[in-house]
Amino acid sequence: MTETTFREALTDTLHQEMARDENVIVMGEDVVGGTGNPHVEPDFVGGVFGVTAGLYTKFGVERCIDMPISEAGIVGTAAGAALAGKRPVAEIMFCDFMGLCLDQLMNQAAKFRYMFGGKATCPMVLRTTYGAGMNAASQHSQSLHPIVTMIPGLKVAIPSTPADAKGLLTTAIRDDDPVIFFEHKTLYTISGDVPDGDHTVPFGKARIVAEGEDCTLVATGRMVSFCENAAQALSEDGISCDIIDPRTTSPLDEDAILDSVEKTGRLVVVDETPPRCSFAGDIAALAASEVFSSLKAPIKQVTAPHSPVPFAKELEAAYVPSPAKIKDIVEQTVNYK
Amino acid sequence: MQLAREELQQAYRQMKTIREFEERLHKEIATGVIPGFTHLYAGQESVAVGVCENLTNDDYITSTHRGHGHCIAKGCDVIGMMKEIYGRADGLCKGKGGSMHVADMDVGMLGANGIVGGGPPLATGAALAAKLNKKGGVAVSFGGDGSCNQGPVFEAMNIAAILKLPSVYVYENNRYSEHTHSSYVIASESIASRVEGFGIHTVKADGFDFFEVHEVMKELITKAREGNGPCAVEFETTRFYGHFEGDPQNYRAPTELEDDRENNDCLKIFRSKVSEAGLLADEDLDNIDNEVLTLIDDAVEQAQNSPAPTPDDVTTDVYVSY
Repeated sequence: MTETTFREALTDTLHQEMARDENVIVMGEDVVGGTGNPHVEPDFVGGVFGVTAGLYTKFGVERCIDMPISEAGIVGTAAGAALAGKRPVAEIMFCDFMGLCLDQLMNQAAKFRYMFGGKATCPMVLRTTYGAGMNAASQHSQSLHPIVTMIPGLKVAIPSTPADAKGLLTTAIRDDDPVIFFEHKTLYTISGDVPDGDHTVPFGKARIVAEGEDCTLVATGRMVSFCENAAQALSEDGISCDIIDPRTTSPLDEDAILDSVEKTGRLVVVDETPPRCSFAGDIAALAASEVFSSLKAPIKQVTAPHSPVPFAKELEAAYVPSPAKIKDIVEQTVNYK
Repeated sequence: MQLAREELQQAYRQMKTIREFEERLHKEIATGVIPGFTHLYAGQESVAVGVCENLTNDDYITSTHRGHGHCIAKGCDVIGMMKEIYGRADGLCKGKGGSMHVADMDVGMLGANGIVGGGPPLATGAALAAKLNKKGGVAVSFGGDGSCNQGPVFEAMNIAAILKLPSVYVYENNRYSEHTHSSYVIASESIASRVEGFGIHTVKADGFDFFEVHEVMKELITKAREGNGPCAVEFETTRFYGHFEGDPQNYRAPTELEDDRENNDCLKIFRSKVSEAGLLADEDLDNIDNEVLTLIDDAVEQAQNSPAPTPDDVTTDVYVSY
C-alpha cells in the first residue's frame, strides 16, 4: 500500500497498463499538451487535469496522441481502432461534451457486438470528468452517468477512492467491452492507500463502505464521502448506516443493495444528477419491486433538483446534495411512523 | 486495362453478384417476406468492386446503410448475407443486424452502418490501428453524397490528415441524399473540392467505369499504404432503385432511371469494354452470369428455409462478459 492521490492513482494505472500491453493507446485533447508549438517541448500538460502526465515521454507519439477538439472524431477513432484490435483509452475532457460524440458511443461502440452477431469486440475506455463543485456552470459540471448507464452494450464505472480509481481503471482497460469511466473532478486531489502492483476491482461488485443497522445509503463517486460524513454525524445520535458504493452502475450489484435493504428496512439513495429517469430513481424502483415487504419507511432519494447546474457559489452549493441534507433525510426515514 | 484474365473474371463476377443480389431482393421485398428497411446498391457496383479489388482481408472498410455491395465486394459470404437480411438465426450476424448492419470482422468488413456519416470516424480508427501495426494495412470508408455534410466526417478526415493515417475516404455521389438532390445540399462546387480543404489529396472520377475506379483506387490506396497520409475520391454514380425499397422516386427526372439503365449501367459498360478489347469472350461472361444466378437462387432458397432466432437470443451478444 502506498498513500496516493486519486489523480496519481489514475496516472500510475495508465503507465502500468501501457507498459503491460502495447495495444493500449491514449488519445484526447491535450493529453500530451504543447504538441505543434516549436518553442516548447511536448508533455508539459499531460491533460488539463494532469492525469496523462508523462505518457508521451514514456511511450511516444504513437501511443499518446494529442487530438483536435473533435469529440465525435476522438470517440469514433477510438471505437474504430478498438474494432481493429487496439485498446484505446480516449479522454473526453468533460462528460458534458458527450453531447458531441453520443452517436459514436450510443449507435456505434455500444452496438457493434450485438449488431454483428457476437463476432466483434470493442475494447475501448472513455475516460471523462463529471460533477459539480468547481463553479464550472451548466456545461462543465453535469453528472451524465444515467445517460450511458441506460445504453446496453456500455459499461459504466465511477470510482470514489484512489484505490478504486486504480482497480476500476485497470479492469476497464483489460475489459473487452466499451467502458465509460467517470472521474469526479473534485476527487483528483484526495489521498488514500492504494495497493501496489497489479490491482483490479471487478465490475458489478459493490464496495461496502460502512456497515450499520438502521438505514441503507447508496451512492457513487463524490457522494460516497458525503454519505460517510452524514453517517458520522448520525452515529452521534445513535443511528447507524450501511453505505453501499456500487462502483459500476452497469453492471450493477443488485444483490449488495437488496441484501442491505432487507437488513436495514430503509433506503436513501444519493446522487448528484437531477431526479427524473435517474440512477437514484432506478435503485429506488429496484428495491421497491424486489424487497417491498422489508421496507419500514418510504424510499427516499437525495438528488440535485430538476435544473441545470448553476454557476454562483451559493447556487451550486444549494444544487448539490449536502451531507447535512443527507443526514436530515436519513433522520426522517428512520423516524418514519 | 492492366488486369489479368482471372482478375477481370473476378471483378465481373463480383459486380454481377451484387447486381443479381439486389435485383432479387427487390423482387422478394415486394412480396413482403423480408422485414425492415432495405436500401439497394444496384447501379453502383463498379465502385464497390473497383475499390475492394485493391484490398486484402487485412485491410478494413466501413460502409453505409446502402451496404450490400460493399459487403459482397469485400468478401462477405453471400448466402450468410441473404440469411441475415431475411433475419435468420444462421445469418452472418445471427439475425441481429439485418440489412443495415451486415459485418464480418474476418474479412475486414467493419459493418454497414445505419447512421449516415457513422463510418468515416471508424475507418479513421481502423487506419490508426493499421498504422500502429506497421504491416501496410489501410482502411477505406464508403460514404454517399449525403454523408459529406455530417460534422463527424469532417472531424474524421482532419484527424486522419494530421496523424497521416493510411485511410481513403470514398464518396459515392449518386445524386441524392435520400430524396434531395446533392446540388442543393452541398454548397461547394463538388465534394472533392471541399475535401481538398482538409489537406487531403482528392480526385474526382467516373464511377460508372470499373476500370477507371480500379485504376484511381490503385493509386490512392498505394499512396496510403506507403505512409503518405489519407486520400479521398468522389465518384459520380447512380442508384437504380430508391433511397429505400418502397420509395416511389417521384423526385427523379422522368427519364433519369431509363437513361441510367441504358447509358450508365456499369455492368454493360464493363462487358462492352472487355468484349471490344477481346479480353473476355461473351461465353465467359455468360457463364459467370449463370453461376451467379444459381448462387443467388441458392441463397434465397436457403434463407427462406433457415431457422428463425428464438426469444432467448434477444439478450445474448450484448457484452463479451457482464
